[in-house]
Amino acid sequence: MRTIAIMNRVLKELFRDKRTLALMFLAPVLVMLLMSVIFNTNSSTNVNVGTVAVTQKLNKEMGSIKHVDVKSYDSKADANKALKDDKIDAIIKKNGKNFSLTYANTDSSKTAAVKLAFKNALTATSIDQLKSALKKSTKATVKLQAQLIAMQKQQAAASSASQTAGATTATQKAAATKATSTNHATKSTSQTTPKITNHYVYGDKDTGFFAKMVPILMGFFVFFFVFLISGMALLKERTTGTLDRLLATPVKRSSIVYGYMLSYGILAVIQTIVIVLVTVWLLGIEVVGNLVSVILINLLLALVALAFGILLSTFANSEFQMMQFIPLVIIPQVFFSGLIPLDSMASWVSDIAYIIPLKYSGDAVNAIIMRGTSIFDLGGDILVLLGFLVALTILNIVGLRRYRKV
Amino acid sequence: MGQAIIDLQHLAKKFGDETVLKDINLTVNKGEIVGLIGPSGAGKSTVIKVTLGMEVASGGSAKVFDTTMPNRQLLGRIGYMAQTDALYDALTGKENLVFYGKMKGIEKSQMAAEVEHAAKVVDLTKDLNKRVSGYSGGMMRRLSLAIALLGSPELLVLDEPTVGIDPALRRQIWAELDRIKSEGRSILITTHVMDEAELTDRVALLLDGKVMAFDEPGVLKKQYDVPTIEDVFLKAEGVE
Repeated sequence: MRTIAIMNRVLKELFRDKRTLALMFLAPVLVMLLMSVIFNTNSSTNVNVGTVAVTQKLNKEMGSIKHVDVKSYDSKADANKALKDDKIDAIIKKNGKNFSLTYANTDSSKTAAVKLAFKNALTATSIDQLKSALKKSTKATVKLQAQLIAMQKQQAAASSASQTAGATTATQKAAATKATSTNHATKSTSQTTPKITNHYVYGDKDTGFFAKMVPILMGFFVFFFVFLISGMALLKERTTGTLDRLLATPVKRSSIVYGYMLSYGILAVIQTIVIVLVTVWLLGIEVVGNLVSVILINLLLALVALAFGILLSTFANSEFQMMQFIPLVIIPQVFFSGLIPLDSMASWVSDIAYIIPLKYSGDAVNAIIMRGTSIFDLGGDILVLLGFLVALTILNIVGLRRYRKV
Repeated sequence: MGQAIIDLQHLAKKFGDETVLKDINLTVNKGEIVGLIGPSGAGKSTVIKVTLGMEVASGGSAKVFDTTMPNRQLLGRIGYMAQTDALYDALTGKENLVFYGKMKGIEKSQMAAEVEHAAKVVDLTKDLNKRVSGYSGGMMRRLSLAIALLGSPELLVLDEPTVGIDPALRRQIWAELDRIKSEGRSILITTHVMDEAELTDRVALLLDGKVMAFDEPGVLKKQYDVPTIEDVFLKAEGVE
């Protein structure tokens, strides 16, 4: 009852603060639009490639290329599973003489790296084939020449007997032989440069770096604004004395925290919906999985951000001091959220990511948007986020004891 | 002497190494207005905080309604007005009243009547639907007082309630306080306005974390042999 009253009050205050509201909803849209325009660059990344029925030689060539790891699989099904589990970034499969490439394409830079590596490896391995093919066609040419000479001899011998009719037949024969050899040559050429078909699990060949950023950016905006605004709101309650006065009523400390959670939860849901709609309709980002799952994960992240904001606001004495938490709390989250590939960092640095809430939501939303993973398969990420939430909430409820001892 | 609503005995309070209250003995009986006067930093606000259970006494006992504080449920029977106005600027006067009313646990059926009554006492009825951000300082103070009056609490704890309020309205508020007293409800009030101290039943003079004197204003004046409470205050402080 009191929780609901507090929620209503916080929401009323929020919705009357038009400027803050506009910031919450317009700023993410603006920044995402800008980023979608700006980010189209690729950087060197490590890729894992799975191969099926590919020659040892090609495997070796691929493996020798920098930043590329090759693992061969016995069947396409095994490779597909690995791709789905994010163990490999692409599958190269040989179908007879042709190659079929399947990219996870969740990171366009990785897709590009695989394409390049494959081409290089293929060129290297096919040099030998080219050589042998060249020999074959040279032999064929020699044969042809021999045939031609033989025919000319034949022609000269038969010229006395049946001049006109025989000549016509010989010319026809020669033409036929020529055609055959041409066919043969074409065949050997097609053997050295096999047909390559590309498949993309997510998106298409136009999927850019921005697509990978979207799930993380979404979480970032939710986290950033909810953290800052809720922290400020509680700080204001404290400095204007309303918190003291609130605590001078029989309200439970937990009701205050829950009231804040409910109101900011609602706000975060609306914000997520706006961001998702913008990314899907305005920026044309493909969402493979369930949108409701995306919203749920972001809601969870928002609650973590809220609890974090409220907790840290108790260490700030003014709004400016609250702002000082941005470089301390928000910026490091961006570094470890997965926006910058973690596998390119030293392991002790990348381990920091395990205490970053944004990483878990980023991973989860990434999986939902790009791979269509069901929310029920993301138990690990969700559990960690819930853990953050419960721990921070308890800290907050206990922390309010500072202002009332009961 | 009636039943003691607030009963502070040998109350001491330390914040770290700093001793703010040394030995406070203070009682507020049923149907009594007790004034708490003293210079800034004497510990008036701390006395109030301990009384409300915001802080826990380091020594001695603090009982309200015969129950040792802090006690959350008891807060519903206490109307508190802080030194700061403690209002939500973005909300209207009425929304502020209703919100705090809900927090105090006032029944929905009585809410409208309670809000109307409290607003009437502080003369804010016609401004109730305005946003608090558009209020003058005096109006905010009055709204803050109205919030304390909500739900007809048995005990009112008012921290400087009449700062920034016009004389006419101040008189009106004191009339209301007297009416509350005649209903058998009790009031603990801190003030800087010495002629207000004269209007209380008993005055506690707080100095250096101790109650220097605690008696009826008339008795105090006689005791210190001065014509006004202000002189008592000055004499006790050793200015004269």
